[in-house]
Amino acid sequence: METEVIKPKNKIHPHKFTLWVGIGSIVMMFAGLTSAYIVKRNQAGWVSYNLPTAFWYSTIVILLSSLTVHLAEKAFKLREMPKYRKLMAVTLILGLIFIVTQIVGFKEFWKMGMTLQANVSFSFLYVIVGLHAVHVVGGVIALIVMSLSAFSKKTRNYSVVPVELISTYWHFVDILWVYLLIFLIMIK
Amino acid sequence: MSTVALHETAHHEAHGEAHHEHHHQETFITKYIFSQDHKMIAKQFLITGIIWAFIGGLFSVIFRLQLADPNATYPFLEDFLGHWAKGGKLQPEFYYALVTMHGTILVFFVLTAGLSGTFANFLIPLQIGARDMASPLLNMLSYWFFFLASVIMMSSLFVQTGPASGGWTIYPPLSALGEASSGSKIGMDLWLVSMAMFIVSSLLGGLNYITTILNMRTKGMSMTRMPLTIWALFFTAVLGVLSFPVLLSGAILLLFDRNLGTSFYLSDIVVAGKIMPNEGGSAILFQHLFWFLGHPEVYIILLPAMGMSSEILSVNSRKPIFGYMAMVGSLFAITILAFLVWAHHMFVTGLNPFLGSVFVLLTLLIAVPSAIKVFNWLTTLWKGNIRFTPAMMFAIGFVSLFISGGLTGIFLGNSALDIHLHDTYFVIAHFHIVMGVASFFGMYAGVYHWFPKMFGRHLNNTLSYVHFWITIVGAYLIFWPMHYEGLAGMPRRYYDFSNWESFKNFGGLNQFISIIALLVFAAQLLFVINFFYSIFKGRKLTTLNPWNANTLEWTTPIRPGHGNWPGDIPEVHRWPYDYAKDGKDFIPQDVPVGDDESKH
Repeated sequence: METEVIKPKNKIHPHKFTLWVGIGSIVMMFAGLTSAYIVKRNQAGWVSYNLPTAFWYSTIVILLSSLTVHLAEKAFKLREMPKYRKLMAVTLILGLIFIVTQIVGFKEFWKMGMTLQANVSFSFLYVIVGLHAVHVVGGVIALIVMSLSAFSKKTRNYSVVPVELISTYWHFVDILWVYLLIFLIMIK
Repeated sequence: MSTVALHETAHHEAHGEAHHEHHHQETFITKYIFSQDHKMIAKQFLITGIIWAFIGGLFSVIFRLQLADPNATYPFLEDFLGHWAKGGKLQPEFYYALVTMHGTILVFFVLTAGLSGTFANFLIPLQIGARDMASPLLNMLSYWFFFLASVIMMSSLFVQTGPASGGWTIYPPLSALGEASSGSKIGMDLWLVSMAMFIVSSLLGGLNYITTILNMRTKGMSMTRMPLTIWALFFTAVLGVLSFPVLLSGAILLLFDRNLGTSFYLSDIVVAGKIMPNEGGSAILFQHLFWFLGHPEVYIILLPAMGMSSEILSVNSRKPIFGYMAMVGSLFAITILAFLVWAHHMFVTGLNPFLGSVFVLLTLLIAVPSAIKVFNWLTTLWKGNIRFTPAMMFAIGFVSLFISGGLTGIFLGNSALDIHLHDTYFVIAHFHIVMGVASFFGMYAGVYHWFPKMFGRHLNNTLSYVHFWITIVGAYLIFWPMHYEGLAGMPRRYYDFSNWESFKNFGGLNQFISIIALLVFAAQLLFVINFFYSIFKGRKLTTLNPWNANTLEWTTPIRPGHGNWPGDIPEVHRWPYDYAKDGKDFIPQDVPVGDDESKH
């Protein structure tokens, strides 16, 4: 009997697996954009620039949120529901702050004359960073849904899968951000 | 202790979903429209694909009328097309829109969504022994995104400035500047929006197919016991999931160029005497992004046809498929190589010749797995006890076309020759035979073979054979002569060749091709009639397994409900190609291995 229960342990939940394949797909999209960036950079008319300072705050915020979502997942697994709810709310707020710092960064960048149309190098920054932000917004929407269901008194769902899904996705957008940041700093 | 309990919940959730569905009361809307049953979604994809194929085929007939005699007028065209055929003469702008839409529709809407959408949805759960896809909801969304894409693309046919007309590859600057031509205006925007929806649809589909194949196989269905159809659909989905996002990123940059004044692809352009403000972009960049999808797309179209043909050839030869592992390995090799050859579409863009030679080598390498597949198909047929069912005819036709079209690929893959042949009718002939018509044959083979499973009825055999013979003879008569036109340098997408001394002599040949094209199109209507008539009036299926095949889909009831098997899902004990073994004609996969039998 014991072996029968243990057996599915090795099998990844289909929804989780789907997420991983989806992540692979998103990676390919950014790989396409960053390789286009590298190709363009070696052509005439490329202008180097420094990233807006607000993006550093973005980095701190999203790294923190990755930590809180991880702790939330841990709390959920230990059935510490009040702690889980708080941590989910904190993650959600950090996600929103991330979006705000991104907008601030774009405004800062724009004011320095680096507008969307001014040069291809700036256009790339807006598209690549903007597209990442869109993926964070997607995560924020999922966090809102999760937080609402965590705080509602009526539903009690003890399946760990949704929590693991959001946690994995959130870590992914975090890592993607760090990658893009390093990429944009290293390859000017 | 708690972790064990958690895994148990996860397990039940994954496998229980379809069970629940089974007991739901179904209304017309949940059963036929917003259905989450993979079989119904497959039929939705198929029927939408057939409608698109009719439209796309009709477009080719209209532009073939123009090529048959550039000076003729066809007054009835004005009734249908209005100002696009003033006085019964097709306008040049609309000719270009027609070839663009013909390519777009056939490549994406018919041979990607119509082919993968139909057979991946239909066959994956049935052949691996699952009650439904990993996520029936995403699967339903996949169809409805495709439907939305269809509606948008369809509506672009009716806007005043006409549908997109930059060629199906939508190269900038023609696709990036609204001023460039009438087909670069709203029609192009609609094209991009529609394709974005399409990409979402195929990603949702692909995610589901991969997850389902890797996670939902029934007991005993190890990877090496999967039918080759499933392997092919698996690699197709992998290709799609990894290459479509790159097209999406290319399309996003194009949308920015069109609507927000950026210059990713644009630089130093003059339109009608007016200098455009865009600077610093590169049109070649788009080609790289496009063909990084575009080439894998060829295999997204071709692999399902290969998989289904392998299955059908084995079933109807009453012999095991020859070299099963070599077939899987060659599918894998093609999948890898598909990502490494995109620049062979760009030999004339001023590509560094050294880089070009690398791409030549990688391109010619594709001949190796392709030859393995052809060899194995032929050896499967060799000394087989062949039944020439309509599905088998089309599967053999597929092999024939794949060989004929594949051989000219070796010419084109060579950059030295390609510089001469690029953008000529030789290319048209090559890709129409190897990917267009060949995949169509794979699709027809699939429809003829699995129609009884889909609808519980048979297609009319006589009509099927007539359809086959006209189509295969016609396809060769249409595309074979185009090789000669291409060798003579006749360029593709031209509206009128009568003004060139060097192409004048092809007038008669063009007329001949057009007449055959019309005939072949008419023959496809036979199929359409046969298909829709047989859904309602075809001869009813009386046995579970009309082809005496080994795969699991034939163990389901004649008209399986949602959940596929009324009882338990059968357990699998052997590979699907035990034909003519130990004196038995066939041994289905769910039959346990006897004591005296060698295990597979």
